[in-house]
Amino acid sequence: MSEAAILAASSLSVNLGNRGVLSDISLTLSSKHLVALVGPNGAGKTTLLRALAGLLPSEGTIEVCGDPLTSLALQERARRFAYLPQGHQVHWPLPVKDIVALGRYPHGAVDPARLTAKDAAAVMRAMQATDVVALSDRRVTELSGGERSRVALARVLAVEAPVLLADEPTASLDPRYQIEVMTNLRTAADNGTLVIVVTHDLGLAARFADTVLVLSDGCLASQGPPADALSEKIVADVFRVRTYRADYERETIIVPWAEA
Amino acid sequence: MVMPDIADRRRTTVVIALCAGVAVLSLVSLGVGPVKLSPLAVLDALFGGGSEVQRIIVQEIRLPRAILGLAIGGILGLSGAALQGLLRNPLASPSLFGAPQSAAFGAVLVIATGLADVRSYALPGAAVVAAFASVFVLLMVAGRNAGLLLLILAGLAISSLAGAATSLAMNLSSNPFAALEIAFWLLGSLEDRSFQHVMLAMPFIVVGAAILLSQRHAFRALSLGEETAQSLGVNVGRLRLLVILGVALGVGGAVAVAGAIGFIGLVAPHLMRPLIGYDPSRLLVPSALTGAALLLAADIAVRIIPSTSDIKVGVLTSIIGVPFFLYLIVRERRALGGGVA
Repeated sequence: MSEAAILAASSLSVNLGNRGVLSDISLTLSSKHLVALVGPNGAGKTTLLRALAGLLPSEGTIEVCGDPLTSLALQERARRFAYLPQGHQVHWPLPVKDIVALGRYPHGAVDPARLTAKDAAAVMRAMQATDVVALSDRRVTELSGGERSRVALARVLAVEAPVLLADEPTASLDPRYQIEVMTNLRTAADNGTLVIVVTHDLGLAARFADTVLVLSDGCLASQGPPADALSEKIVADVFRVRTYRADYERETIIVPWAEA
Repeated sequence: MVMPDIADRRRTTVVIALCAGVAVLSLVSLGVGPVKLSPLAVLDALFGGGSEVQRIIVQEIRLPRAILGLAIGGILGLSGAALQGLLRNPLASPSLFGAPQSAAFGAVLVIATGLADVRSYALPGAAVVAAFASVFVLLMVAGRNAGLLLLILAGLAISSLAGAATSLAMNLSSNPFAALEIAFWLLGSLEDRSFQHVMLAMPFIVVGAAILLSQRHAFRALSLGEETAQSLGVNVGRLRLLVILGVALGVGGAVAVAGAIGFIGLVAPHLMRPLIGYDPSRLLVPSALTGAALLLAADIAVRIIPSTSDIKVGVLTSIIGVPFFLYLIVRERRALGGGVA
C-alpha cells in the first residue's frame, strides 16, 4: 500500500454487555481499495464495520482521513463514512428518488424536494451508476429484491464519502445481481473510495477485492491480497473447509469445496 | 437550482385546502351555539362591529373555545404524526401510549391534593411532567426497535396504570363534588373555556409544536432504521428525547385545560397518507391541520347534536376514534401477527 492511509485502527476492541466481541484489531487501509471482510458467522464482521463507522462504542483509536474519529462531530462522520446495513430496511413506502437523496442528508440536503444543483447531481450520478433512474418515482416497497439492493447501493454512493462500508450487500441476491453489486463497488473503489464489504462469499471476495481481512472469533486471522489472506491453511483453520483453487484470466478462483 | 417536483406541488395544494377548511370551521365554531350567528355576523363581531351582546358572545365566549380547539387539535395531530415517524409505526399515537391519561393523572394529583389553584401554571406543569414520564417509560419498557405489539401492550399497561392512579386520587378525595368535577373534566371538553385557559395552555403547546417541527427532517432519515439514520448524522438518542419532550409539552398543556381528548393523533396522519404520501417528515404539518379541523368539527358537532345534557367532545372523538383504531388493526393485522419484536 503505497498511498496514504485513509482509515486506520489500532488496538480496537469492542465489548457488548460482558462479552468481548472484538479484541485488539489493528489495520491500515488506503483509498482506491476494495477490501473484503470475511469470517464465519458470529466472528464480529458487522460489529467491526459498525465500530469503524463510530456507530458502536469501542476502545482503541480509529483515524479517518488523518483525524481521530472521536474528534469528529456526528455530521462530519456521516460525510466520511457511507454505511449500508444488512437487509436494506425501509419502514415507509417512500419513492426511490427520496431514498437515494437521503445520501445527501449528511451534506445538509435534508429535503429531497429542494436539492441544490450539487446534491441533485450527486444523486443523479449514484442513480446512473446503479441503473435505478427509471425507478425514481416508484415506491421502494414495490420493488424486487434485486432492485431494492440497487436503490440501497445508490443511497450510499450518493454520500460520495471517502469510505464506504457495506454489510453483506450481496446476501440473498441471484448471481447476476451479486456480480452487479460487486462491480458497482469495484467501480467506486477505482474512482478513489475505500470500500469495505462484508461477505460470506469467498469466491466474490477473491475475485473482486484488493485486500481481504479474515476475522475469526473477534480477532484478525489474516490480512493481505486474496490469495495470501485466504490461503489453504487459513481457510481450513478459520472456516473449517477445504477449497478448490484455480487461476482464470489471471485472477484467483477460490471455491469452498468440502469440509476440512 | 431547485428540482421541479410534481408531488411537491400537490402537497402544497393539500396544505392550502386544509388551511381554508380550518378557517371555515373556525368561523362556524364562532357562530354555533345557543345564539346562532352567520359567518358574516361573526366576522363583524370579531372585528368590533355588531351589537355588544354579539361581540361578547364571539370575542369572549366562543373565541377562546375556537382557539383551544384549533391549537389542541393541531398539537394532537402533530404529536401523532411525530410519534409515528419516530417509531416508524402507523399505530403510534399519544392516546394509545397513555400520554393524555398520564397527563390527566398529573393534573388530578395537583387538584386533589390541593397543591395549586386550578388556574395556575402548576396544573399544565404537572400534566407535562406526567406525560413525559409516561412516554419515556413506555419507550424504555418497549425497547429501541419495538414492534407494534410491544408498543401497544406497554401503552395499554401505562394508560391502565394512569387511569387507576387517577381513580385512586378521586377515591381519596375528601370532597365528593371535586371528584365529580374531575370525572367530567376527564371526559374532555372545550366548553366554557376563557382566555385564561388559552394563556395557560398556549405556551406549552407552542413550544411543544416548535420542538417537534424543528426535528421534522430527521424522521425521513429514520425511515431507514435507527442505525442508518445515525450513520447519516442524526443523533437518534437526542431526537427521541426531543420528540418525547415535544409530545409531553403539547399533550400536557392540552390536557390541563381540556381534559383527555383521544384518538385525534392516531387518525389525522392516516387521513393524510393517501393525499400526501408516506414521508413522515411531510406528514407533520398536514396532520396538525387535519387534527385542528377534526377537533373543531367535533366541537361543533357536540353543540349541534340534540341531547338532554351536553355531550363532551372527548367522548365523541373516542366514539369515532376507537372504531377507526379497530379498522387499522384489521388493516395492519399481518404486521401485528408477525410483529412480536
